[in-house]
Amino acid sequence: MQATDFLSTEGRRDAVMLSRVADSLYWMSRYLERAEHTARLVDVELQLWLDQSPRAGAGRWRFLLGALQTLASAEEPLRATSLLDTLVFSRVNPSSIVSCVAGARENLRHVREQCSSEMWEQLNRLYLEVMASTPEEAWLLKSHAFLRAVRNGAHLFQGITDATMSHGEGWQYIQLGRYVERTDTLASLVGAHFQRLPHAPGQTVESADYLEWIGLLRGCGAFEAYCKTYTAEIRPVQVAEFLLLNPNFPHSVRFSVDRVETALAIIADLTERRAQTPARIAGRLRAQLRFSPIEEILAAGAHLYLQSVRLECAHLHAAIRQVYFDYPVDSELPS
Amino acid sequence: MNATAAPVSADARSSSVSDASALPYDEMFAAPGVPRPHYRALHQTLLELAPEVLRRTQQAADLTFLHEGITFTVYGNKEGTERIFPNDLIPRIIPDDEWSRIEKGLAQRLTALNLFLRDIYNEGRILADRVVPRELIYSCRHFRNEMRELRVPRDIYVSICGTDLIRLPNGEFVVLEDNLRVPSGVSYMLANRKVLKRVFPGLFRDYGVCPVDHYPQALLSTLRSLAPAACSHDPAIVLLTPGVSNSAYFEHTFLAQQMGIELVEGRDLLVHDNVVFMRTTAGLRRVDVIYRRVDDDFMDPLCFRTDSVLGVPGLFNAYRAGNVSLANAIGTGVADDKAVYAYVPEIIRYYLKQDAILPNVPTYLLTNETNRRMVLERLDKMVVKAVGESGGYGMLIGPASTAAQREEFRQRILADPRNYIAQPTLALSSAPCLIGGEVESRHIDLRPYILFGEKVMLVPGGLTRVALPKGSLVVNSSQGGGSKDTWVLRKEETSEPRAADSRAQSQRGTVAS
Repeated sequence: MQATDFLSTEGRRDAVMLSRVADSLYWMSRYLERAEHTARLVDVELQLWLDQSPRAGAGRWRFLLGALQTLASAEEPLRATSLLDTLVFSRVNPSSIVSCVAGARENLRHVREQCSSEMWEQLNRLYLEVMASTPEEAWLLKSHAFLRAVRNGAHLFQGITDATMSHGEGWQYIQLGRYVERTDTLASLVGAHFQRLPHAPGQTVESADYLEWIGLLRGCGAFEAYCKTYTAEIRPVQVAEFLLLNPNFPHSVRFSVDRVETALAIIADLTERRAQTPARIAGRLRAQLRFSPIEEILAAGAHLYLQSVRLECAHLHAAIRQVYFDYPVDSELPS
Repeated sequence: MNATAAPVSADARSSSVSDASALPYDEMFAAPGVPRPHYRALHQTLLELAPEVLRRTQQAADLTFLHEGITFTVYGNKEGTERIFPNDLIPRIIPDDEWSRIEKGLAQRLTALNLFLRDIYNEGRILADRVVPRELIYSCRHFRNEMRELRVPRDIYVSICGTDLIRLPNGEFVVLEDNLRVPSGVSYMLANRKVLKRVFPGLFRDYGVCPVDHYPQALLSTLRSLAPAACSHDPAIVLLTPGVSNSAYFEHTFLAQQMGIELVEGRDLLVHDNVVFMRTTAGLRRVDVIYRRVDDDFMDPLCFRTDSVLGVPGLFNAYRAGNVSLANAIGTGVADDKAVYAYVPEIIRYYLKQDAILPNVPTYLLTNETNRRMVLERLDKMVVKAVGESGGYGMLIGPASTAAQREEFRQRILADPRNYIAQPTLALSSAPCLIGGEVESRHIDLRPYILFGEKVMLVPGGLTRVALPKGSLVVNSSQGGGSKDTWVLRKEETSEPRAADSRAQSQRGTVAS
């Protein structure tokens, strides 16, 4: 086994990671990221709702469902309760918070021996908490606490993972899953937003749209960080720059793609499968984000640009499967 | 037909054990209000703890099990199939002299059963000598013709065994059944211990309890010792699980994690040129030893059940070729068939020239006409078991049965007498248990775990299973049983324990904090 530059091979047994296990860790992480993202968006949405006319609110929800890639029947009037049913409690919608937390736990349950017992305990606890909650009218009043608990639970899990699990190959699949999912959901949300709202270059936002832009930043957990960088003056071009290209903010597309590329490079070294498609796709995506000025992206249409990012994400996902999880056996057999 | 004549263990010992009306042996009390010496300190502690404290402690322990996901799966109902295996906080205590007898008896039994398996799959001496009837073996559902003349490493067929013992009214431990295929429950033994140490640290330390925590390590060295002879490198060992929906899945993950070996499912493995590989992110890796928790039937669809999706096509041929070891071997179920069980004392005598240290429960083979008539007349007093089942499935408990159930079993026995055996209903010993905050007596059994690699070894302890419903005699987890920690005492501590007060005090401090 060839030594790698970040890990001494000394005293380490020949690292083995089952493809199925890697697959489960990756999906577990994607599900949990999705749950956290949805929880944040719904929370922001319910707060915006307080400041908006019912008509404007209904329009936004339809948009929100679109941004979350969730289908809603066009006829049915959207109410807070139906939104919650769909996005929080639905067992039919695979992207609802309940489904995602259950999906994350189910994946981790399949590979329990791979994670630390603290990790399992935390995710199991989050699962039991989410499952114990039921949709009812009074629930709206407690929704903020609940949605916050989901986010905190996911953050706690992430912290426990970083603190208790070896940062070896398995951990890298968890990173990979989180940031592939984050890239995709961010691109979807930001793209949908820019498609919907006017954003002439150089312009600050109209007061009517102000809440919407704040909502976007909050939905990415980015409002405070944005203000630190650009002050509280909201300019669409700066919002786009921040959410797409900022190298330091953890919920920017560029940050996420950077992490994806790093994880893939380490995995490629550990498995001695370098120069494969996943690394190439991630590298290309990263280069684009690093060298495209925001003006150019906006001129061509932010949502079109982000659509291509999402397409690359899908290719990347397929390539990861093909190389690490579900490769054809014939090519691997000793001759 | 003369070979199936005598129900071996029935007549020899029935006089001493078959008195079903005798009061069950009480593990804690020698007489009402008088605890046995080794239970004195525990008794004192229980007296001094308020029911409220006990109840709270039990709740905290239950929550630990739930949060850590120490659960098992119940078959037959859909959602919510994960349940915690109820844990009872009051330990069961075994003095060292009783334990050393159990230890010797189980080592003897496992040694003899391994010799028996080697014999029936090779020369068949015991059959030629008519000690065990040939047709009994060949009619056994778990007999595997494919295993004939296949030599296994060290001639060890059963390297992991869990034997169920019960204690009769006279205090004697007897073997109720052997589990020689894929015995489970050892993880609960370890989990119970972990929880008890947390809940009763003072009591635990003062009692001088033998540790059981080294079981996973002992299991790993057992598995390592079974590596194929041709394997020159450090063997790659995996645990093969049927998957997440199996009732013992928690245990599979737990053991794999504790041993630091890969937990694999059938779909992770493949066979090429009679060599087993696992599919990893870095390509295919060779596998040398498989600790399999999958039943024979499902191991290899090319060889056994063709509809199995849990197994690995070609695995059996790789096994035959000696390229991979399995623990336990294929076909060990023939030796824990409940009809063959009746012959185990003879089997021990045949191979080891010794009497069985741990006796059997009297067992009536129903192929014998006299037995059958007698049993059918007294179905309401007998326990009837299907010979190839385990886990408390396929069983009739006479005194607790309805007329309709008895009629059903009568028909089944008449239709297929080879498939059933009968035993007198035995009064399992009883021990104090915590039921809703109150201390009450419940029936228990004992399953120690025996390993056989370079030598036979037992960790001092086991799983004490509890029949939780009042009066129930069924301890299986699938049938509403629970479990409790089992304390085997160190030699020097077994005599009179130290004064109870200091212990009780430190105990109270612990629980309150």
